Amino acid sequence: MLRTEKLTKTYRTGDKALAEVDLEVPAGQILGLIGPSGAGKSTLIRCINRLVEPTSGKIFLKDQEITGLSRSGLKRTRRRIGMIFQEYALVERLSVMENVLSGRLGYVPFWRSFTRKYPIEDIEKAFTLLDRVGLSDHATKRADALSGGQRQRVGIARALEQDPDLLLVDEPTASLDPKTSRRIMRLIAEICRERSLPAIINIHDVVLAQGFTDRIVGLNAGRVVFDGPPDALDTEALTTIYGEEDWAQMRRASDEDEDDDDQASPDIALVASR
Amino acid sequence: MSAAATLSARERARAWRRPPVLIQSAAWRYTIYIGFLAYLVLASASVEVNIPRIMEGLDRGWRFIEGFLVPDFSSRWTDIRNGLIESLTMTVTSTVVGIIISVPIGIGAARNVAPPAIYLTCRAIIAVSRSFQEVIIAILFVAMFGFGPFAGFVTLSFATIGFLSKLLAEDIEDIDARQVEAVRATGAGWWQVINYAVQPQVMPRLIGLSLYRLDINFRESAVIGIVGAGGIGATLNTAIDRYEYDSAGAILIVIILIVMVSEYASSIIRKRVQ
Repeated sequence: MLRTEKLTKTYRTGDKALAEVDLEVPAGQILGLIGPSGAGKSTLIRCINRLVEPTSGKIFLKDQEITGLSRSGLKRTRRRIGMIFQEYALVERLSVMENVLSGRLGYVPFWRSFTRKYPIEDIEKAFTLLDRVGLSDHATKRADALSGGQRQRVGIARALEQDPDLLLVDEPTASLDPKTSRRIMRLIAEICRERSLPAIINIHDVVLAQGFTDRIVGLNAGRVVFDGPPDALDTEALTTIYGEEDWAQMRRASDEDEDDDDQASPDIALVASR
Repeated sequence: MSAAATLSARERARAWRRPPVLIQSAAWRYTIYIGFLAYLVLASASVEVNIPRIMEGLDRGWRFIEGFLVPDFSSRWTDIRNGLIESLTMTVTSTVVGIIISVPIGIGAARNVAPPAIYLTCRAIIAVSRSFQEVIIAILFVAMFGFGPFAGFVTLSFATIGFLSKLLAEDIEDIDARQVEAVRATGAGWWQVINYAVQPQVMPRLIGLSLYRLDINFRESAVIGIVGAGGIGATLNTAIDRYEYDSAGAILIVIILIVMVSEYASSIIRKRVQ
């Protein structure tokens, strides 16, 4: 589905954000990307839709090489890659509906997007998606009138409005409270399963990553240092990814967390996310 | 053991000073202070003050104030009305034309949305427009197009471009880049990014600045009339030349009223577009 070959990114400052990353994501897999700050997680997912231009290496989406695309080819490929952002990145002064419809920008000509005269199927899809994420009543509200969790749901609807073949998710829960975080992660995971949509989720919270993904990739200083199922992420693996820390304590907290998932006690989840 | 550790906290607290903000060396600092003070004293002493001439001027000023207190609207009413209509026409047309030209130049002068070549060109246009005061431009255009409101219209349009483009460009450079990134990630083209991610963020400020410029253009139209660019300024100039201070007072009152009304109106509109 998605494959990277020796993907390398060196910033102009000389910082090597990614060093020869080889990664393959099969269809329908939810991949959790973890690692300390500055490990290159954000750079990796931004290289995939070339919001950040890779220095060298290749990226393939369904046998199409993204790295060699022209500008118009890149536009056509970007519309097949949905992206969900840390702090939502909605256009604050536009309505919820316009934000969701902006997922169609890669498909419609400028005059349609400028006059907001989208094809009826696009608008219908947008309403269906707002129903799916539980925001049917908010379509006409301005995006800045919503709460954090609601905004991220709009972000999810916008990404799905693109009819994506792949989801790139950048720290979806970084600015949400623990309970909302779990709900958003659960929603993303459910939607990916329904559509057998592969996703790369870049996330700081190891417990959330383990709970909602099929596979964990650990990044440190731009290199893949761990790649395996969530269960294989033991104390030793965490030390390889993040360095020395009392991981047992986090593990205990996460076990308790599993017990009362529905009430998702905030203080326990807080300990877990440290 | 380090030097800091051998001293007690109290001793170190006594020794602590706010570090010098600008000039490190104390000797240089005082040299500059004293030098500046000496210059200030000598410079003020060099300004010649002609006391008898001031007395004479005070008398003339008093007649002016007297005229102002008993304004005469009726004897020159036709001139005032014509001048006013000319000024208002000049103001509105030059503001509209100025805005229409400023928006593309402002977008081109924003580093984060324009390619380098266009950026430099637009910045150069802004620099040229801003480097001359309205009166100087008006003198040039009056020489080119002859006396009358057309020279005033061209002057104010030209001055509006420098003002609006620069402030619009700076506002665009300050927008939230995440919203732009998110819209770009949907596969949107350049025009769509401008329409969806940039425009909603800068629109309230653009409206506010345009109204503010309308205000400025009206006031400037009174000033440039004095150098021959038509409008109420020409009427005012004639009145003062004829020593008709009561008519001049009437004109000033009309100008003040119009500025107050437009100030009040624009504050209401600006509040509503937020």
